[in-house]
Amino acid sequence: MRVGVTIFPGSNCDRDALHAVELMGAEPVELWHADADLKGSDAVIVPGGFSYGDYLRPGAIARFAKVMVPLEEFAGDGGPVLGVCNGFQVLCEAHLLPGALLQNINMRFACDRVRVRVETTETPWTSGCERGEELTLPIAHNEGNYFADPETLARLEGEDRVVLRYLENPNGSANDIAGVCSEGRNVVGVMPHPERVSDPALGSDEGLRILRSVLAEARV
Amino acid sequence: MQETYSALGLSDAEYDRILELLGRAPNFLELSLFSVMWSEHCGYKNSRPLLKRFPNDGLRVLQGPGENAGVVEMGDGWALAFKVESHNHPSAVEPYEGAATGVGGIIRDILAMGARPVALLDSLRFGPLDEERNRYLFREVVRGIGGYGNAVGVPTVSGEVEFSRAYSGNPLVNAMCVGLIRTEDLVRSRATGEGNLVVLLGSKTGRDGIHGATFASDELSEESESRRSNVQVGDPFAEKMLIECCLKLLQEDLLVSLQDLGAAGITSSASEMAAGGGVGIDIEVDSIPRRESGMEPFEAMISESQERMLAIVEPDNKEKVLALAERYGIGGTVVGRVAGHGDLQVIEDGEVVGSVPAEHLVDAPVYEREVVRPAYLDEVQKLDLETLPEPDDYNEVLLNMLAHPNLRSRRSIFGQYDHEVGTNTVVRPGADAAVMRIKGTKRGFAMTTDGRGRHCYLDPRGGGAATVAEAYRNLSCVGAEPVAITNCLNFGNPEKPDGYYQLAECIEGMSEACEAFGVPVVSGNVSLYNETARGSIYPTPVVGMVGILEDVSRHATPAFKREGDMVVVVIGKMPPLRGEPTPSNEDRIAGSEYLEIVHGKVAGRPLPPDLAAEKEVADLVRGLVRSGLVDTAHDVSGGGLVATLAEMSAIGGIGFEFDGEVEIGELLGTRRGDVALFEEKGAVFLLAVSSERWDDLQDALVGFAYGWLGTIRSNRFRIGDLVNMSVEELREAYERDLFGGN
Repeated sequence: MRVGVTIFPGSNCDRDALHAVELMGAEPVELWHADADLKGSDAVIVPGGFSYGDYLRPGAIARFAKVMVPLEEFAGDGGPVLGVCNGFQVLCEAHLLPGALLQNINMRFACDRVRVRVETTETPWTSGCERGEELTLPIAHNEGNYFADPETLARLEGEDRVVLRYLENPNGSANDIAGVCSEGRNVVGVMPHPERVSDPALGSDEGLRILRSVLAEARV
Repeated sequence: MQETYSALGLSDAEYDRILELLGRAPNFLELSLFSVMWSEHCGYKNSRPLLKRFPNDGLRVLQGPGENAGVVEMGDGWALAFKVESHNHPSAVEPYEGAATGVGGIIRDILAMGARPVALLDSLRFGPLDEERNRYLFREVVRGIGGYGNAVGVPTVSGEVEFSRAYSGNPLVNAMCVGLIRTEDLVRSRATGEGNLVVLLGSKTGRDGIHGATFASDELSEESESRRSNVQVGDPFAEKMLIECCLKLLQEDLLVSLQDLGAAGITSSASEMAAGGGVGIDIEVDSIPRRESGMEPFEAMISESQERMLAIVEPDNKEKVLALAERYGIGGTVVGRVAGHGDLQVIEDGEVVGSVPAEHLVDAPVYEREVVRPAYLDEVQKLDLETLPEPDDYNEVLLNMLAHPNLRSRRSIFGQYDHEVGTNTVVRPGADAAVMRIKGTKRGFAMTTDGRGRHCYLDPRGGGAATVAEAYRNLSCVGAEPVAITNCLNFGNPEKPDGYYQLAECIEGMSEACEAFGVPVVSGNVSLYNETARGSIYPTPVVGMVGILEDVSRHATPAFKREGDMVVVVIGKMPPLRGEPTPSNEDRIAGSEYLEIVHGKVAGRPLPPDLAAEKEVADLVRGLVRSGLVDTAHDVSGGGLVATLAEMSAIGGIGFEFDGEVEIGELLGTRRGDVALFEEKGAVFLLAVSSERWDDLQDALVGFAYGWLGTIRSNRFRIGDLVNMSVEELREAYERDLFGGN
């Protein structure tokens, strides 16, 4: 399986994500922002970082990058897409996911480990997890405070589209939401970094529970 | 003219020397070049003779002082490039940008060696948090470090901070960067090859940071506030692209050499590259891309605009280099040529507007002064414990100490730094040292920064040695073999006898320790003139030490981990120092956190470290960690034995009960209770081991003086009848937010 990782100017978890793709047993593919080509990827990860310096608003400029054109097409066709941290922000700005990520409620960058619960396994990125399963995942963000209007939140909850939920809310997110999926369920955005806990050498590989889920999507 | 050169920070004698070297009067541009290059910051004119004392040689040293960073060999073809640098003065007037650009600057030093920057550390000093201004500086410096480091994608993995009145108005902001490189890929900065092109990479040049190096080489005063325009503004996004672009250019073998632009901008970089290669460099100053119009040539030459690098490129590679710069969205412009003459020539509209031999620019005059013991030492070294009553409630004392900003958990700081980006961080902040792995190998490396300003103030030589010893202990605790150090010498005005004595004596003490441990100094930086109207800072040499782990999975951390583990204190070689005079209670507790926090006293003469004992015990502890026997280790430092035990308990969230073979009375010996609990004697380590491995540990400790102190259990922290409280109480004090109401 080929898993593409987008590289915007200012992405800084791209190399980590490419490494994690290897660890999950897939073939990593670099997707340069200026090339409108997914190079035959079977799944795409939009990694964390500070794309375009987070200038204007996190993700606001990246959504106009050339690589986003085929990516939006891929997502529209049901292709599995995972946005992590800044990638989640990019996917919200691109309207591939609902809602927005505001500044953390205490106005501070937060780098920590948090406990989250897997709320749905009906996505390509959590199909290998158990519903209700608890994971300890790293976070590192300044804008991770998930916001959506009450109707959208009610819809997300009603349609089982909250993917991860914090057990202890670190940033003020509505409904303790740490991750959501699209209406088609194939696009997932999460604030925690599964790629940072994909290697036992660093003490945990719980992130592979998420990343490896997508292997089941491999075309035969 | 006198007015002009004085305003630029040059003395009469220095101006006369310029006249002599040039054989004519310099014009304003040339004078500006000398002014920045002969500042203490760039020219080391007060410190150079003293810096020669540092040992620089070692088997693993690939690059010692004199380049952008030191480089040591790590095995398997890997090397580490590392350096620490100060950004004290800019941070005093504009803390966010001052700290941010301090981080940006040190990253470029590492990049200039060809290494990928993989870790950042910081040593910070502020005045007490009871002053609003100090809280502001502290908050903004931490935000600035995070704001830059997080965005640029280099994890901030460790650091240290202390608070003392001596730093009110003159905070210290020292940033260290560590880079990883294959030994064969090392880059040097010397310019070679007449006709080769000088290419400026990165951001455009503006008026920011004009005369920053000169500003950094003067005392801070009320006027300093008006020098905000001397402080540069950072753009971590531009730096991130600059890093990726330079690493790509090096990977494609397109550069002859590379140099960062830091203090004194193009002037410093070009003259150092030229002098290093024994060539000249012509800079066509009007080709430098400007951020604003109407800039004078001298402004473009000494601007400290951030996120720029200077590369020497063969003409044939020019197009490829410029194309790659464009791909990464950064500027790339040919701004000059390597020339056969030895001058740094500034050319405007085809006309030479300034020309100075590069070798003179990089050879600032040297001032050697007499080292005279200051009178203040006799005063501050006086200490009489009889006047300080022994506390009757040690629970209260311990909680006050743990809650003090000098001993409290740094979690509220490092939680604002991304310490995991890069996915190499094995031991995260909060341990004695950070540990990182080298992907694709079993190997790892560890790093720490340490400073002991109060100790250096009370006894500069002993404090200098103790600073190096503390770093040596910290690396040993995590299981790393110390390899080399970098240092940042933060001192007051060297033109005053007290300041010069402190500098000379600290360097002597540090050098003695480096020799005793076999750990050379491979890079460094000085920051002098750290004085305000309120006086000088404590002399604060900061040491950054790196070490090797051959098997990165074998490491230790300070947190208590398992109920039932036995806790052991190791204090030196057997037999104990019988025959030698037993130190007095005063000498044992001198200069301790306890004296300052509980009694408000910075006094006494701390015992100088026993360097042989430090090495023996640290080497022993490292061996125990490396053998896999011990995964819990911590050295006894600030706060002494009991505060250290409490810290291990608080971090681990698990209790400790003192129930060793040693009776409390025996533990105290001839010491007063507070001295026994809180003395900060060096070469003391705490270890925890499971009861099944207790016999193995005892075998390993043969020949050493050690004692079983107690057992990890339940949720109470108890030291006989002296201290008894719940772990929750400990944590409430220890984990308090440093940015909260205090």
